[in-house]
This record gives sequence, structure tokens and C-alpha cells, in this order.
Amino acid sequence: MGDLVATFGTALAGIAIFLLVLLGIYFVTGFLPGRSKERGRVAVFLGPAVLFLLIGLLIPAIRTIFLSLYTNKGDALDVNKYVGLSNYRKIFGDKATRMVLLNNLWWVILGTGFSVGVGLAVARIADQMKGERVWKSLIFLPTAISMVGAGIIWRFVYNKSPDPAHEFGLLNAVVTKVGASPRIWLLQQQNYVPGAPHLNTVLLIVIFIWIQAGFCTTVLSAAVKGVPDSLKEAASIDGATDLQAFRKVTIPYIMPTIVAVSTTTIIAVLKVFDIIQSTTGGNFNTDVLANEMYDKTYPQNQPGYGAALAVIIFAVVVPVVIVNLRSQRRAREIA
Amino acid sequence: MTLPIITPASTPYEHLGKDAPLGKKLAASLSTRIGRAAVIVVCLLWTVPTFGLLVSSFRPENDIKTTGWWTFFTHPAVTLQNYRDVLSSSGGNADNFGKYFLNTVRITLPATFIPIVIAALAAYALAWMSFKGRDWVFVGVVALMVVPIQMAMVPLLRLLNLGGHLTISGHTYTIFPNLDINSSVVSVWIAHTCFALPLAIFLLKNFIQALPKDLIEAARIDGASHLTVFLKVVLPLAVPALASLAIFQFLWVWNDFLVGKVFGPSDLKPMTWKLNDLVGSKGQDWQRLTAGAFVSMIVPLGVFFSLQRYFVRGLTAGAVKG
Repeated sequence: MGDLVATFGTALAGIAIFLLVLLGIYFVTGFLPGRSKERGRVAVFLGPAVLFLLIGLLIPAIRTIFLSLYTNKGDALDVNKYVGLSNYRKIFGDKATRMVLLNNLWWVILGTGFSVGVGLAVARIADQMKGERVWKSLIFLPTAISMVGAGIIWRFVYNKSPDPAHEFGLLNAVVTKVGASPRIWLLQQQNYVPGAPHLNTVLLIVIFIWIQAGFCTTVLSAAVKGVPDSLKEAASIDGATDLQAFRKVTIPYIMPTIVAVSTTTIIAVLKVFDIIQSTTGGNFNTDVLANEMYDKTYPQNQPGYGAALAVIIFAVVVPVVIVNLRSQRRAREIA
Repeated sequence: MTLPIITPASTPYEHLGKDAPLGKKLAASLSTRIGRAAVIVVCLLWTVPTFGLLVSSFRPENDIKTTGWWTFFTHPAVTLQNYRDVLSSSGGNADNFGKYFLNTVRITLPATFIPIVIAALAAYALAWMSFKGRDWVFVGVVALMVVPIQMAMVPLLRLLNLGGHLTISGHTYTIFPNLDINSSVVSVWIAHTCFALPLAIFLLKNFIQALPKDLIEAARIDGASHLTVFLKVVLPLAVPALASLAIFQFLWVWNDFLVGKVFGPSDLKPMTWKLNDLVGSKGQDWQRLTAGAFVSMIVPLGVFFSLQRYFVRGLTAGAVKG
């Protein structure tokens, strides 16, 4: 009980102090003469946001770029030896890190492709179906769960019991039922098709798809319902089948939404960290950029190397966001 | 921003019209039915892992470790022991999930409230106050949506941990105080606030700018100050957008792992951290994992089921969380 009071006490005190400071400054600006008063008011409204963005995002991001050019050994808080692009060279030259980059590529391709694909299929088929809301909520549910929680949920699916007579992992139970032998799924590093990603990476991507597909379904479903009936009717009068109408009318109409959902998903994929941490920890060749960045920076204490990995994530995200903003602007111009 | 109204189900082949040939009608009807059945199967499959965990969390330890959760339906045995175990706060082996639950609350409430207040103020300034460089500030904010957390994390932690000091010709000036993050949760609030702001300002500015111009100008001409207009006119009208954003941010912070892990003092780590710690240290204690995971999921699931509509709105509007 005391804990609870302390908890809400801390929370409320934090909020109250914050509001009081703002009000105080606003009150003080009231005494300023004429135009400075107006400027003071702008500062009160805009100041906190600008301050937080500067100290929390802009300056740190620039610092990270510099950090990536410095020594990759030493104290995380004290870097001083300039090494040029050698961190980047190491990233692209090292076989283990190339594996990480390749894994990330598969995450982007499979994770985004399937999340958006499932989302689009469910959004279309479930449209105007009986109990649509219920079905969509089921697929949407994992969105509300933390990725760490999702990792644990799926550990139960992929688990292999030490005692084969007592298999309690869902996947192994199914596999045993059809006559195959159970495996330790997250250790499966083989790829059955040459060039394809390792099986364990695919299984981790499945977790991501499980989380993300609901988001895609929800947003795409809203878009599908926004297609004017007159367009669909016109297509059907012209003799188009359902599928043709979907491909030729609905998809082009909701294209900006598809682009937006895809870019959001790509950004989410690039930052996948929690799923890896709560399942394999990046071992068994399942590592990805965001996890490697964390591991290198903190446990392995190579902040320069970690910063270079962060810059690479940033470099991939930028064009994706630009494509998204362009597509949205174009859509607005047409509308 | 309103959700589409869902119309009653129509017959699958209605759109083909009265004159379509019977065969075509039947084929269309059949493919629709197969598609719908597939959707139902997918949706049920999607629920199986979560459902399995829920069932497991109420099964005795020995049952969990020897048989699959589906055996529960043929050999039901229910216990609350797993929940008692993870919530207990006494004994050397205690997980004390109650404490971490409260930590998450302590982190989440201010980390939801503060960025939204700051964003609303900034959005008002960007939409309705006139000053030089207004558009450039907005473009700058939008541009910052591109910066991933990983990019800002290390320097921000350093700043919050050691403070900001500038040394000019032998003199060291402190430009940012040392917040001593080892004992305070403030740094987690600040980190979450920074990372939430670009999207929040972007969304709220678009919403607040779309409010009727006459209303705000009339209030200004009547002599109302900016603060009065903001509090009495803009905020009440912006409630739908604020609510969506609040739910979105609440769930985001509640489920966050990375920021809490990096910025949280060891004594004030969030529940997701504890859960992940459990995977590492007691990975074979499956019964604890099940109950722990569900304790951490209760609030998000409650929010999800009770406020789904607003949550959807937040997601639909905020497609680019940086």
C-alpha cells in the first residue's frame, strides 16, 4: 500500500512540478513589454519541445555520427581516438557482421512482405464478413502485447522438452503427430533452400509477423472501407470479377496507405531488439543490427562500433521515410 | 479521423447483379466462402499461442513441464500458485513482480502525460502563433521523426548521467546538470519524452490547425490570452486526438524494453526488463514465465479491449513512430 502511494506520489509530483515550472515562466513573461511579451509567450509554448528535441534527439544524433568515427575500445563514456571509417570497414568486412546484415535483409523482406500481405488479404476478405470486428480483433490482439511478452509466448511454441515422451512445445507436438522427430527449433541454423535464411531466423521473423500483421490489417482495413462504392460499382457494371475489381480499383486507390504501412513496418523491423533478446539473445546466427548495436555498445563496451551500427540503421531508415512522405504528399495533391 | 461505419453483411455475389449467369454466381460464392473460412482459420491460429500461455499460467508446475497446455482440457487442474510465486516479495528466490509492476506504472504515467502536454503546447504555437521561422521549426520536427532511438541513445544517456560540461580555456561550465540516473526515474521520463515528441507534435499540429479559424480568432479579438485560448478553446476540441495519442503512447511506454533497460536505474527497471531477466536466469522455470508474462500483459490487454476504437485511431493516424 505504501508502495502504491509512493508510486503515484512520484508520478504526480513529476507531473505537477513540470506544470508549475511552465506556468511560472508564462506568468513571468506577462511582465515583459510589448513585442518581447509575445516572443516570451512563443518561447513558453514552443520552448520545452525545442529544448527536449535538441538535447534528446538532434545533438545526440550528431554526436553518434562523430562517435562512429572514434576508437572502438575503451570506456563507453570516454572515446577519444579518431579512427576514420575503420568501424564501418570492420562492419562490412567482418564475416559475422555481414551475417547480421544479411539477416536484417531477410527480416525486412519476409517480415514486411508477410505482415503487409496477411494484412491486405484479411482486410479484403474480412470486409463485410459476419463478425468482422471479432475476427479482426483476434488478429490485432498481439499488437497490444510487449515484444518481450511475445518472445515468451513463442518460446512455448518452439520449445523442445529434454524428455521426448513429454513434449510440451506446440510445434514439436504437431511435428511428432505427423511422424517427424522433434527439434530444438531456435538452434536450427540450416537453410533448406540455398540462399534462403536460416530456419531459426525464419521462426523469429514469424514472431514479428504475428505481432505486426494486426497493425497492417487494421490500417489497411480502414483504407479498404474508404474506397468509394461508386468506383466498385462501376467496375462491377463493366463486368469485372471481385478479384479484378480489387486489383484494378481498390489496390491503386489505397496505394498510399499500403506504402505508409510498409514503411512503418520496415522501420519497426529495423529496430527489432526485444524479440531477439527474449529468445536467442542473438546467438546461433540470429543476430540483427539493433541487437548487435546494443551488445557492442554496452556488454562489449565498443561504443564506436555500436555507433557505426546505429548510423547504418539511420541510413536505411532515411530513404524509407522520404519515400513515405513523398507518397503521402502525392496522395494529398491528387485528393 | 472517424472510423468507417461497418455496414451489414451483404450476400457474397450480390454485386454480380441479377443478370449474371448462375454458374458465375455460384463460383463467386464458393471462392468467397473459401476465403472467409481461411480468414477464420488464420484468426484462430493467431490466438492459439496467447491462449496457450493463458491456460498454462493456471496449470501446476509439474503439468506445465511434462505435458502441453492442450492436455488441460482432458486433465484439468487449476492452480494460482504460479501467480503467487511471481508476485511474492519474500524469500531469496522471490521475483517480486508487484514491485516491477509499480515501477512500470511509475515510468508510464508521467512518460505518457509529459510528452503530450509539451507536444500540445508546441502544436498550438506552430498552428496559431505567428513568429519568424515557424514553418522551418515544423519541418525540423518532422525531420527528427527519422532518427531511430539507437541513434540518440548513447549520447543522451551520457548527458543525463554525467551532465553537460563545456570547457573553454581552462574553465569548465556546466550547461546541463548531472541528473544522477542511478537513483532517479526522471531520466527514463526524459528519454521517453524526447523519443515521443516528433510524432506527437506532427499529429497534434495537423489536428489543431484544422480547427475552425473563426473560433480561435474571435477569442483572440475578445482579448483572450494565448493561454486562455489554448486551455478553453483548443484543448477541449482536441480531446479525440489527445485521447488517441495518449493511449498509443501509454501502450508504447508500458511495453517498452529498450529505453527502460538502458535508462532505468537498476532499482527502477520496468516489468519488461524483469520478464526478460527471468528468461535468462530462470528460463527453465516455465511456470514463472507464464504467470509473469500475463501479469505484464494484463494492463495492455485491458486497454486494448476497452479502448480499442481510440487505439485504432491512434495507430491509423500515427503510421510513423520514430
